[in-house]
Amino acid sequence: MAQESGTSRVKRGMAEMLKGGVIMDVVNVEQAKIAEDAGAVAVMALERVPADIRAQGGVARMSDPDMIAAIQAAVSIPVMAKARIGHFVEAQILQSLGVDYIDESEVLTPTDYTNHINKWDFTVPFVCGATNLGEALRRINEGAAMIRSKGEAGTGDVSNAMTHMRQIGGEIRRLTSMREDELYVAAKEMQAPYDLVKEVAANGKLPVVLFTAGGIATPADAALMMQMGADGVFIGSGIFKSGDPQRRASACVKATTFFNDPKVVGDASRGLGEAMVGINVADLPAPHRLSERGW
Amino acid sequence: MRVGVLALQGDFREHISALNHCNVEATEVRRVGELEKIDALIIPGGESTTIVSLAKTFEIFEPIKKRIASGMPTYGSCAGMIMLADHIVAAKDGQETFGGIDITVRRNAFGRQVDSFETDISAPAISSTPIRAVFIRAPWVEKIGKGVEVLASYEGSDSKAHAVAVRQDHLLATAFHPEITDDYSVHRYFLEKVCK
Repeated sequence: MAQESGTSRVKRGMAEMLKGGVIMDVVNVEQAKIAEDAGAVAVMALERVPADIRAQGGVARMSDPDMIAAIQAAVSIPVMAKARIGHFVEAQILQSLGVDYIDESEVLTPTDYTNHINKWDFTVPFVCGATNLGEALRRINEGAAMIRSKGEAGTGDVSNAMTHMRQIGGEIRRLTSMREDELYVAAKEMQAPYDLVKEVAANGKLPVVLFTAGGIATPADAALMMQMGADGVFIGSGIFKSGDPQRRASACVKATTFFNDPKVVGDASRGLGEAMVGINVADLPAPHRLSERGW
Repeated sequence: MRVGVLALQGDFREHISALNHCNVEATEVRRVGELEKIDALIIPGGESTTIVSLAKTFEIFEPIKKRIASGMPTYGSCAGMIMLADHIVAAKDGQETFGGIDITVRRNAFGRQVDSFETDISAPAISSTPIRAVFIRAPWVEKIGKGVEVLASYEGSDSKAHAVAVRQDHLLATAFHPEITDDYSVHRYFLEKVCK
């Protein structure tokens, strides 16, 4: 009987298995093991967390394959890695390394200021960032099997994650209340394919799993995003730029599962030491806002 | 009969929806109090290491293990199969399971995500027609103990057939994910045959 790999169901299904979980940015084997021990559902292997990319500047690229391979060898959970927007050769390399998911990420310096990667060309699934529903549907149309709201990576300021979750959720709710003949204009206005707009209007949700990313630094932030309708969370700089990564990682995992139980989230928040210092998104000059990358 | 789905992490909503399609109400189980109210349990797909860690932290690991040992009908898909296996290989150091089925399961045996696939498999005890089976970083059964019935097998990259659906008395496990397809025959089999 025919065996099919890389189908939409197989790609999207992988994201379904990550739901209710925390995906953590790690820069070495030691951090990857801490993340796995803390109950992360996957790790994102990268050379510099967004906060360092921000601080150090320069061009941010795909990580060294040796570093990714070392993390793959060290943990049993899925390993994800980032490719630059539009850099399909970085994506080809990551696929050949056997990473479990590719993040076509605005955190790295974009390669193509017009096009994203044609993700249908790949067997490995992709997650892409979005700040609104139109952007999410354009990425899904290009083959993304999972969406994450962008937030503002490397800041520890959850305000943009909130804005983007409200924006995506609000636009979905508005579509569900429209007459069918109004969906054509809605699709035009949000610059998204009509068929996907129609599907979202009918189901009241995206056709793929929706995580939140960008600025999540505390268990309360994680629970907030879950209550806002996220299926799970990415935590980048928030864990390994804090005082006690081990405890904070495990606390965020607990808060993501019991997001509706303030007592659990409160207990998880106790004695975590210093959170990452962070930057207010409002103080970032526009060219330094990563969430504006993506088209 | 009250069926619960372990809702610590993973695709528990898809299992609840599959049960609803079979006209069975299902509840999410995260706490001992919720476990006490159910007659049967489903352990969903997800990350087995995460599920174990949360189950231990919130002190529901031992209570579930005891209920399974004392006869509660339980079905596990993928990570759920790992959780129901007496022995596991390619696991995280010291990774524990609820156990109950006398099998050795190899984690991620079919490979990484790029090797994940869907196919039709034959499982005559469950369905007279082939089942659409989705394998995602899926495990397989490496060793089978006495009293374990193999319901379906599939060939791995080693060109050998491995059990991918097994039953031992009140326990059922599949390496694949029927909950993300619209074929409810595995859930029906669990409700109608295993839970009886």
